[in-house]
Amino acid sequence: MFSEQNLKKIDELRKRYPTSKALVLPALWMAQQQFGWISPDTMKYVAGLLDLPVHHVYGVVTFYTMFNTKPVGKYHVQVCTNVSCMLRGGEELAEHVCSRLGVKLGENTADQKFTVTEVECLGSCGTAPMMQVNDDYFENLTNDKVDKLLSEFT
Amino acid sequence: MADFSKLILPDVPRLRELSVYEQHNGYQALRKALKMKPDEVIDEVKKSNLRGRGGACFPTGLKWSFMPKQSTKPKYLCANGDESEPGTFKDRQIFEYNPHMFIEGSIIAAYAMGIKTVYVYVRGEYAKWIQMLQKAVDDAYAKGYIGNNILDSGFSTDMVVHRGAGAYICGEESALMNSLEGDRGYPRIKPPFPAQVGVWGCPTTINNIETLANVPAILNIGWEAFSKIGAPKQPGTLLYGISGHVNKPGVFELPTGVLLSDLIYKHAGGVPGGKKIKAVIPGGSSTMWLRGEEIEGVHMDADALKVVGTSIGTAGVIVMDEDTDILKVLTRITHFYHHESCGQCTPCREGCGWMEKILQRFLAGEGTLKDIDLLLDVANNIEGNTICALGDAAAWPIQSFVRKFRDEFEKRAKKTPTEKKYVPPPHLVTLEA
Repeated sequence: MFSEQNLKKIDELRKRYPTSKALVLPALWMAQQQFGWISPDTMKYVAGLLDLPVHHVYGVVTFYTMFNTKPVGKYHVQVCTNVSCMLRGGEELAEHVCSRLGVKLGENTADQKFTVTEVECLGSCGTAPMMQVNDDYFENLTNDKVDKLLSEFT
Repeated sequence: MADFSKLILPDVPRLRELSVYEQHNGYQALRKALKMKPDEVIDEVKKSNLRGRGGACFPTGLKWSFMPKQSTKPKYLCANGDESEPGTFKDRQIFEYNPHMFIEGSIIAAYAMGIKTVYVYVRGEYAKWIQMLQKAVDDAYAKGYIGNNILDSGFSTDMVVHRGAGAYICGEESALMNSLEGDRGYPRIKPPFPAQVGVWGCPTTINNIETLANVPAILNIGWEAFSKIGAPKQPGTLLYGISGHVNKPGVFELPTGVLLSDLIYKHAGGVPGGKKIKAVIPGGSSTMWLRGEEIEGVHMDADALKVVGTSIGTAGVIVMDEDTDILKVLTRITHFYHHESCGQCTPCREGCGWMEKILQRFLAGEGTLKDIDLLLDVANNIEGNTICALGDAAAWPIQSFVRKFRDEFEKRAKKTPTEKKYVPPPHLVTLEA
């Protein structure tokens, strides 16, 4: 199920940790990068690969907020609304993103292009308000900047 | 402050590149350390009085000395780059602008404690910064600063960058170890302490990224010079992160013990619109609040902040101007702790939810005066009754808020019949008169 490249990476990583259980997070990251989200089948696969009980992998996947247990859009937009962002308009920004894309927080757009979620502090407090799209940070945002950004994602 | 030289984030362009770092005294401290005995290195750090930068302010040299000298098991160093405390964004600057200084400090620490593997745990959201760090680690490997027989000293150590996956609790050292082992990030009961039973049951030291980045500076300038910078009991510099209602938010490297008012007005450019300050959170969202009028004369170091009933935490200052709905801010913070509670301990798992519900009642205009005491009661029953400090971190903002801003609750409380002013029924009015 993993690409050749990922299987090779797993073998490399085995040398760097004393147990195979420690490879759960790295393996799940690879899975999420390859498939976009982590399905029950993926969990079973990762469990088999690392010789772990499936329930352990399930427990890990559901504990960490960054692992998607449902398919997300091509662009996962996460808007920070925690204190420092909130003081500089983070909540209004989240509302703006939602209304612009016609979704509520936690929903996907009909074309499955965007998913919008609220996120806890991303360590971008000095450049608030901000949002993360997939792995990238977009900081010091205004409604205009967001509109421009969203129109650029195709 | 013009004569003050920055230790961790000097104004050197492209310092993140190994060649530039080397031109600016890079890896000289490591060379020096490798010629010393490991105990001498620990001693140097002890004498410098460096205290941990992750919030607990524990003396770093003392922590290192807890590691067993002889061990049949491998020993580990975990560098804690999970930084997730709202208002904190300093380690990210190190990864971006001076990653080699952190790497150098980690290798020196590994040498001092006889450690063969360093794991750097970085929060999963910092994908870009993980890449930058990994690049620096790869370059350092290529130049022989990490790996086998470092600089022909006979000492070898490896460094592995480990990506987290979104959990505030993994910044707690024992949760970090569980997460690294591939478990859910559940904090462990102490004792045993990590120096005895740490990651994979082996002796482990966990240090904050900024703490480790300070180590080369200590060896370069000497412990005496280092211990003279800033506040005597917590010397050195701090990466102060300042956010919220200020004109120039950002990270400023300054000596420990600067005036909070200087930080806000001189360095961060004051409050937009010249507004007054209503409240300040001095060290990240878990620290106790200060009223705007309290900040005058307050110094930013562990001891000075203790005097005014709060703590330095991660030096993440959050400023709120006079128009802020601070009750809403408190509710948001409490929501965060509710969301991030790992769920192991009942007081924290349930209590954080209850506190959030009570606060939501006030925001909806449904809170009563009795709710203020109920809120405080819940907070007091969380504090000290959980495995890790997340419970305390959730309770402290509430306790300090109730103490300092009780009027904010009273203003919004719904007047219940029993709390209305007593009006005697008409047939009694004549009697009373």
